[in-house]
Amino acid sequence: MVTKQIKYLIIKELKLEMRNKYALGGILLYVVSTVFVSYLSFKKIVTPATWNALFWIILLFASINAIAKSFIGETRGKLLYMYTLASPQAVILSKIIYNSVLLLVLSGLCLLTYTLFIGNLIQDLPLFLITLLLGSFGFSSLLTMVSAIASKAGNNFTLMAILSFPIMIPLLMVLIKLSKNAIDGLERWDINYLLVLMFLNFIIVALSYLLFRYLWRD
Amino acid sequence: MKKNWWKIIAIVFVFYTLIAGFLIPVPAQPILHETIRNLYFHVPMWFSMMTILFVSVWHSIKHLGNSDIQSDIIATQAANTGMMVGLLGLVTGSLWAKYTWGAWWVADIKLNGAAITMLIYLAYFVLRGSIDEEQKRARIAAVYNIFSFVMLIVFLIILPRMSDSLHPGNGGNPGFSKYDLDSNMRMVFYPAVIGWILFIVWIFTLKVRLEKLKRKTLFDE
Repeated sequence: MVTKQIKYLIIKELKLEMRNKYALGGILLYVVSTVFVSYLSFKKIVTPATWNALFWIILLFASINAIAKSFIGETRGKLLYMYTLASPQAVILSKIIYNSVLLLVLSGLCLLTYTLFIGNLIQDLPLFLITLLLGSFGFSSLLTMVSAIASKAGNNFTLMAILSFPIMIPLLMVLIKLSKNAIDGLERWDINYLLVLMFLNFIIVALSYLLFRYLWRD
Repeated sequence: MKKNWWKIIAIVFVFYTLIAGFLIPVPAQPILHETIRNLYFHVPMWFSMMTILFVSVWHSIKHLGNSDIQSDIIATQAANTGMMVGLLGLVTGSLWAKYTWGAWWVADIKLNGAAITMLIYLAYFVLRGSIDEEQKRARIAAVYNIFSFVMLIVFLIILPRMSDSLHPGNGGNPGFSKYDLDSNMRMVFYPAVIGWILFIVWIFTLKVRLEKLKRKTLFDE
């Protein structure tokens, strides 16, 4: 039942996105322009720590921009209509899944342009890609929930940023640590950090699943 | 009187901490010297903050269950008191750090945790401020409170275990139990923790009463 609802809601999101291509194009362009601006200011980056930090900061801001709109687009009437058709769990899970795919595309593009302009220092690509995959999923689930909260409170971008930054720090620190390991190409993978990252993802999704139904009732 | 026995314990223990904490001899250590007495003030602040923030989250969960505005008042005032105690913890810690580590602020996992706690609860109050409707504000703030508290716990409990800290008792630095051979410090530290926690809880109950009175007078007008 819920899986079927999720399927249809994701299709709905995709259709809306396709009808409104400039929004998707805008966010992709945002990543490319940010990377280009960084390239013009930094030229080539050779220190792994700076490379890593800049990469994640660009991705962080791009993700917030991409996901901030996920509840803004929904008008009151549309939300009301959706709530009579689907369960809140299906709504939040479908948004999380859809946003994860969006962020995966975004982070892939970010990595590509970043490599092209600023250079590539990664020595252990598989670990970096796993980190990026788990990171995109974590970012998307956390930001989707925060954007749902922000949408109830006037919906401005500042609020979205101040609500999400402090609770994103645990996630971001684990991600930066793991991707630093990937850049340095350490012999052994730090399984503990990977486990913590998966645990964080699980907790965020579980909390969203439990708490979202209290947000949608108006 | 029967209901207020714990307030008497709070006063006695806090005064005991203030007097004994400064008078009872402490182990003489290089670098630390007398600053070791900060243990009686700085550490109980963090214990009290976590206690009071837990109270806040507990009442946020209760509010989601029963939509009672009383729970919301308690949750807000607890978060408010928690912020105040956290600020005191930061100030006492910062002063201590200046004389032992040589800087007001250092890059340390526990300091980052403290800063994030402050940011989260500041954001919580900004969120409250941006919603006008009372019931809606209470519910959405409760959701954010629960969500961010869990992330905070993860940050404060899991991550420090995985990296070193400059704090005593972490990363190869000896904790105070190593120096405290004649248990002099324990005799002050444990009452200090209990005293400060009770004292802060008292402040919190006063804040709740004040807030309820404010709303009552508003309602009567």
